[in-house]
Amino acid sequence: MADELKDKIREYVVDEYVEEGDDVEVKDDTPLITGGLVDSFSMVSLKLFLETEYDIKIPDEKATAEAFDTVNAIAVLVREYADV
Amino acid sequence: MAYGTAAREFYRNELVGIRNDGLFKEERYILTPQGADIEVEFPEGAPVKKVINMCANNYLGLSSHPDVVAAAHDGLDSKGYGMSSVRFICGTQDTHRELERKLSEFLGTEDTLLFASCMDANAAVFEVALTPEDVVIADRLVHASVIDGIKLCEAQYDSYKHMDMKHLEKKLQQFADKRLRMVATDGVFSMDGDVAPLDEICELADKYDAMVMVDDSHSSGFMGKTGRGTHEHCGVVGRVDVITTTLGKALGGASGGCISGRKELVELCRQRARPYLFSNTLAPVVVSASLKVMDIISATTERRDKLEENTLYFREQITAAGFDIRPGVHPIVPIMLYNAQLAQDVARDLYEEGIYVIGFFFPVVPKGQARIRVQLSAAHEKEHIDAAVAAFKKIGEKYGILGLGKKEIIEKFGN
Repeated sequence: MADELKDKIREYVVDEYVEEGDDVEVKDDTPLITGGLVDSFSMVSLKLFLETEYDIKIPDEKATAEAFDTVNAIAVLVREYADV
Repeated sequence: MAYGTAAREFYRNELVGIRNDGLFKEERYILTPQGADIEVEFPEGAPVKKVINMCANNYLGLSSHPDVVAAAHDGLDSKGYGMSSVRFICGTQDTHRELERKLSEFLGTEDTLLFASCMDANAAVFEVALTPEDVVIADRLVHASVIDGIKLCEAQYDSYKHMDMKHLEKKLQQFADKRLRMVATDGVFSMDGDVAPLDEICELADKYDAMVMVDDSHSSGFMGKTGRGTHEHCGVVGRVDVITTTLGKALGGASGGCISGRKELVELCRQRARPYLFSNTLAPVVVSASLKVMDIISATTERRDKLEENTLYFREQITAAGFDIRPGVHPIVPIMLYNAQLAQDVARDLYEEGIYVIGFFFPVVPKGQARIRVQLSAAHEKEHIDAAVAAFKKIGEKYGILGLGKKEIIEKFGN
């Protein structure tokens, strides 16, 4: 079943982090941070995107590397704060 | 004493983790002054080995230049050893201000403020320049000290894909509502030796009313026709608002750094920058030697010209030998090996051949992009470079990697 939230997160991750020439396929369980695609510094744009897109505020203590490591995990985090 | 079992165990486990991840760093003891030919003891207790140094930031070969060493001696005699004070109490000698003036003149900026290191300069500049109403947008591959500096300030921060101007423009549009915008980049990126497109960055900064900050540590003294740095190389002297740079690489290589740029911002740093307010600055002896360095590089471009020739020669020769290098013009030449173990093995074997280089791999560079970073110097003679290329060729043959590209190396060794 299609999951619009995950689709949107995946689309943003690809657009924001995958560079031209990168041979990376982003699946729902692809490790983004531990896999080296997203680092803790550039993760902030993803947090900002989610907060703007879903009109939520993710507390800094919740924005951990674990919580942002896969599309699946990010979707769980967003659903703590938004009814999507 | 509160250093109990829990603390000891925690630190031990962390160290074990670092070792298990293959990230444990060991220092090699150099028994000679810094230069093209050095003597090294590694590992500790091993016989001393004479090697050609191909991994120092000694771009202009000034680290042990006799005139610089003599100036340091003179400085020690005339200005003493230490100041025992921060700058604004009783730690500023006339020569500190003289060096700041000379740096401003050389870099083509309005004013300069010295720091104990460029790491300190980067830790200082964003906190002073920006507030929560502002934003800093940085290239994703900026130096760790720029990232740390950004994290110390209260402004919103974001990043753009490495040297991707479309992505930067998108971010500048996204943050159009901020009071102040600052774009932060390295002039030259330390792992790839690639040069930031400062001309395009300045264009975008003008278009979207943003300031430009450049860490030019791997450029000052030799990039551009007269060595002013990346801003000269890109034809934007006077258009970069803040330059941070180091005296610890091409400019003598001892220690120290600076913030150089718009006079109001530099003055505000003099008033508020915490690493300036709460730390001693450069020792008098380093200031005296740095003044001599500025004299040498202001009088002639001989050394940066030789560095340019050496760089071109090495890049041609190592490519002809069959190695896969990142193309470019900078004396940082990444020899791409892609596989972390291969990078370490090749570096170790080269050391046995008398060539001192280091392998770099994840997390210092992205996964699957392990390499050996060669750095050229004006201290190298053609014989040094020929010897290095010959050794690379010999070891390249041993591993069967000559003439192979990324795909073939990864097929053979994995990534």
